[in-house]
Amino acid sequence: MLRALLLLTAFLPLQAFSAELRLAVASNFLITAEKLAYAFEQKTGHEVIISSGSTGKLYTQIRAGAPFDLFLAADAERPERLVNEGYALPESRVTYALGQLAIWSRKANFNLEPEALLQQPPKRLALANAATAPYGRAAEQAISYLGLTDLPSTQVRGENISQTYQLVYAGAAEVGFIAYSLYTARPSGTIWQIPTEAYDPIEQQMVVLKRSTNLELAYQWHEWMLSEGRTIIAAEGYALEAPNA
Amino acid sequence: MPELQLFEPIWLTLKLAFVSTLILMIIGIPLGWWLSQRRGWLIDTLNTLIALPLVLPPTVIGFYLLLVMSPESPLGRWLDSTFGLILPFSFTGLVIGSVFYSLPFVIQPIRNAFAALGPEPMETAATLRAAPLDAFLTVALPLARPGVLTGAVLGFAHTLGEFGVVLLIGGNIPGETRVVAIAIYDQVETLEWANAHWLSGTMLLLSFALLMLMQRLQRSHQGVV
Repeated sequence: MLRALLLLTAFLPLQAFSAELRLAVASNFLITAEKLAYAFEQKTGHEVIISSGSTGKLYTQIRAGAPFDLFLAADAERPERLVNEGYALPESRVTYALGQLAIWSRKANFNLEPEALLQQPPKRLALANAATAPYGRAAEQAISYLGLTDLPSTQVRGENISQTYQLVYAGAAEVGFIAYSLYTARPSGTIWQIPTEAYDPIEQQMVVLKRSTNLELAYQWHEWMLSEGRTIIAAEGYALEAPNA
Repeated sequence: MPELQLFEPIWLTLKLAFVSTLILMIIGIPLGWWLSQRRGWLIDTLNTLIALPLVLPPTVIGFYLLLVMSPESPLGRWLDSTFGLILPFSFTGLVIGSVFYSLPFVIQPIRNAFAALGPEPMETAATLRAAPLDAFLTVALPLARPGVLTGAVLGFAHTLGEFGVVLLIGGNIPGETRVVAIAIYDQVETLEWANAHWLSGTMLLLSFALLMLMQRLQRSHQGVV
């Protein structure tokens, strides 16, 4: 009995201090965010609850009062808008990752360099919709930078980058422009990383939201992600800005 | 084996379908009766409004519900300041969305079942001095039972399959608004196809069982008439 009581008191402080952190995460970063959340939970004992969706949808939901503490977007535009519209804290807006574009095929040992693609053009080429997906815009820039504008391949468009991945995976296109992070999550086939000068940086920014009920914890995550979290982010196939840049 | 966390969305979806169906029955039976007994412009307008979710993309309903319920709208602000209630991104909000979304699937079979009775059974009950409510409960409702049951099964099944409305007003919060359809989408996005299979397979079996049940209900109805 006494032992049970002692055990109970041992757990009480932990109970009192562990809190919930609610993250709104852009779909393309979800796999990485789950790994970050796990590491953060192990370290701090706080619980991280992730809700994911497209950046545009999460933005609309935040404006409609969604109960999130932090927003990890897939672009810089939506976090900036949230700051300007008074939904997010200005000083918290920071680039946490740079998306990396790559050309991917499910076939092993496939030469994906631009010259090879021009010599043996794939029948269909998958890329994301440039109007809605940052990776789509980057893919279009890369196509003209790499001199692939005259590639006779039929273009197949995915609504977002994971759909583009699925188009190649399902065989709807032999070759596709995907996020390098998606390849890292499930390495298969052949990948060719596109030099970063071929496209404008795909900046992914985060902001702490004004509606947050636990600003202290939100900032703890914010700081941790920019320090210890960097290793995880880099391992998942993202590039990073120089610290304090 | 499916991961344990996969059961949470399944449980949540069943809870949502159950609560929504219950509310739909409470609204649907009196409303269906009323609509079956009257004619005119008002009734036509109401019928049309109720039928709208049949043709509108669910995202349209979700988008407007989000705007109306948002704490920025007059209604949302009033709910927030008076009851401290923020409907979007909550289970309650999902129930309200589902009720709108599944209403035609419940109302139409109930209304048609009442209309098919014709005036005779109630008139006969009245000549036997049954009070209107008494006559409704002991004569009309039992006779329309197959229609009412069909409405309940359809409402339940349709709520299970809800995606567009939840996508917009739900916010994908685990245990609160992450229903199966949304969880499947998440699993596909994160390339967890085995998990997506488990969830999709469960939905497939459940929907099959429900539609099968409905067929049996309808056959037993035909057997009676």
